[in-house]
Amino acid sequence: MVFQWARFVVTSLICAALSLAGAPSAVAAELRIGLAADVTSLDPQFLNVAPNDNIAWQIFDALVHVDANARLIPGLAVSWRPVHPTTWEFKLRRGVKFHDGSDFTAADVVFSLDRPATLAASPGPFTGFVKAIVAKKIIDPWTIQLKTAAPYAMLPYDLDSIFIVSKKAAAGASTEDFDSGKAAIGTGPYKLVRFARGDRIELARNDSYWGWQNDGKTAPWNKVTLRILPEDTARISALLAGDVDAIENIPTADLTRLKANPKFRLEQKVSWRTMFLSMDQYRDHPPHVSDKSGKPLAQNPFKDARVRLAISKAINRKAIVERVMEGYAIAAGNLVSPPVFGYVAALKPEIYDPQAAKQLLAEAGYPNGFALTLDAPNDRYINGEQLAQALAQMLARVGIQTKVETMPSSVYFAKARAGKFSFALLGWGSFSGDLALRALLATPNADNGYGAWNWGHYSNPKVDALLKQDFATLDDNKREALARAAATLALKDTPVILLYHQLASWAMKKGIAYTPRTDEYTFARDFRPR
Amino acid sequence: MHAFILRRLLQSALVLIIMSLLVFVGVYAIGNPVDILINPQADQADIARAIAALGLNQPLWQQYLIFLKQALSGDLGKSFVYDIPALQLILERMPATLELALAATSMAVLLGIPLGLWAGLAPDSWPGKLIMTGSILGFSLPTFWVGLMLIMLFAVELGWLPSGGRGPTTDLLGVPVSFLSWEGIRHLILPATNLALFQLSLIIRLTRAGTREALLQDYVKFARAKGLSNARVIGVHVLKNILIPIITVIGLEFGSVIAFAIVTESIFAWPGMGKLIIDSINVLDRPVIVAYLLIVVTLVVLINLAVDIAYSLLDPRVRIVAATA
Repeated sequence: MVFQWARFVVTSLICAALSLAGAPSAVAAELRIGLAADVTSLDPQFLNVAPNDNIAWQIFDALVHVDANARLIPGLAVSWRPVHPTTWEFKLRRGVKFHDGSDFTAADVVFSLDRPATLAASPGPFTGFVKAIVAKKIIDPWTIQLKTAAPYAMLPYDLDSIFIVSKKAAAGASTEDFDSGKAAIGTGPYKLVRFARGDRIELARNDSYWGWQNDGKTAPWNKVTLRILPEDTARISALLAGDVDAIENIPTADLTRLKANPKFRLEQKVSWRTMFLSMDQYRDHPPHVSDKSGKPLAQNPFKDARVRLAISKAINRKAIVERVMEGYAIAAGNLVSPPVFGYVAALKPEIYDPQAAKQLLAEAGYPNGFALTLDAPNDRYINGEQLAQALAQMLARVGIQTKVETMPSSVYFAKARAGKFSFALLGWGSFSGDLALRALLATPNADNGYGAWNWGHYSNPKVDALLKQDFATLDDNKREALARAAATLALKDTPVILLYHQLASWAMKKGIAYTPRTDEYTFARDFRPR
Repeated sequence: MHAFILRRLLQSALVLIIMSLLVFVGVYAIGNPVDILINPQADQADIARAIAALGLNQPLWQQYLIFLKQALSGDLGKSFVYDIPALQLILERMPATLELALAATSMAVLLGIPLGLWAGLAPDSWPGKLIMTGSILGFSLPTFWVGLMLIMLFAVELGWLPSGGRGPTTDLLGVPVSFLSWEGIRHLILPATNLALFQLSLIIRLTRAGTREALLQDYVKFARAKGLSNARVIGVHVLKNILIPIITVIGLEFGSVIAFAIVTESIFAWPGMGKLIIDSINVLDRPVIVAYLLIVVTLVVLINLAVDIAYSLLDPRVRIVAATA
């Protein structure tokens, strides 16, 4: 693609340019941030995609927040507990006011929980986060009880994704009303000033935000401008030219140079996104898998755990992290990244051992290897295409002849869902290990919603049983133990080939600091002058 | 003349219908936005429900008929991801793209014709040669590369101009434009220059070639023999005769400048239609893709019509008549 070319050109010039870039002067009370993706709507309950949620978090709040390590912390709810196996009680924060000065109460919560279901035509609705709730009961203006059909431990997690809108402002409001600011009345740290679609979002500080540490009037930025700069080169040159103060999502090729430049700072944190390969473990003759002359194999090699382990051992994760990701990743032995709930420290990345891989393949009946196609999206993940090429070379070294096919994600995900791939790249972000297991490794079952993204159809009844128990366990410590047990049990079978956890990066002027977040969000309130 | 225009418009209606059909089939063959945008935690039932809510579970012909029915009443559908009417979304972005394209085209015409004349009148002088060498560079350097160089030099190193984005807008007859303020012009200079470069080179070359040819013609010799001033010979007799091919090219190019502003818009983060269409294709936002293509086709058809009419005004030999073949 043209713009990837462009990236090479820019990075080759950045070195020279950096030394000449003007030093940013004293930090003003205005913060300008360059965002990496377009924001389609300011209705926080219309489309559940990260760029839209990121903006919603500046203007709105949820009952439950997550901290920089992706762990749950109180938001508009100060506490929550199960009062009955199927009833959760949320105590709401008192004295919180919406941007229009009206009070936040339980009625707004009920309204916000009901609203996603009324927004029918959305390709990414929020309805999945409220479907477990069968009844809502307001005990008093600051207490609400939510009933579920069965014991359900994940409700607080689900409610981290539901933004609380003002009943008064949002009743009957359309997307246009939110975009114009009429209905975009939240309780969040910033008020909407202007939304120029595809260009910028201007915000002003909400002095009475409950989350400011001291008096809101002393919080660092009274004005925040979020510029939409999806093209990597545009975003980086805006930072270099001093047109913005900070940017998110830095291409790996530019990280090292930015790091070396005394005029800018980098903040990094392990992201919740884990990269892995899925393998078809359900069809007898998966597509694009054959012997080296192109003839079909007698059986599906991925059904043999030895073959899956051999593939895992054939991959040199250290080299991938150092060469493909230029050091900005961590080799993975878990489905979720280290800070996340349910991470098992004892599960280490598979050790690179091509000899053992060859031997395992021979034992499984493939002494000469076989041939397969690795499919990957080329516009979704950092260096996705280079990663696929590197993997193919490593597999070729143990005798697995690998053809790489990459395509835009608009084509890729539809094909993946239709079962057109047998060996495919996927990245996954989750703030809880059991949620990741349920989506990725539980036996696919449309009735209970398990395994919706289990492309390889890995199936282990013991894992399913542990997960079922996990989601019904309301005690967090017990639940984390169950999540860890399920992860350990599943990953023993090498159901997917784990690769690495990405690092999320932010770059900013020297005079600014940021608290980097595992969930990759860019929050204006977490920037501060140093 | 009226029959000619009417026929042209009918032909374009047919083109529009074929176009929309192609887009429908194409996008249908690729997939649907739900697969790309659905929340990772969503289960199979959530996904099916979302697809049904957008009407994407119906057979293709049914989806197309619904679209046709609504389109005939002026409704091109709501964007799947913006949740506002696709037409409104595009019209909102159109002023930015048109402003950029007009600025680039004016720049190309205002610089290209004088420079081309100069190069044509004095082909062997050093300025003439310099102009021609420059135009070769303008042709051959890729737009995105030149754009990046402009940003590197004028925004990052010298700090004279902003690295991208559109300046503050003011309403001119209800259309938001940015060229009325100094800040707006500062934002416009680099992207417009970037977009103008190819066209500028084209116009220089056409003007030069036309001038050199015209200078050898009998009417020019006759005009000189009549004792007309050099300015009148060049400014009236030469220029008027070489303008016809140039106007054709400007017209045709204006359409492609609008359609191909995508690269420049991306590099300079210019919030125009080009950026919108790229984003929409990435998430298979069909209503926006269809509406965008319909609008661009309409624009190109109208521009060509305007060019044909301009011909007849410039060259009395050209008559617009309805073809009777």
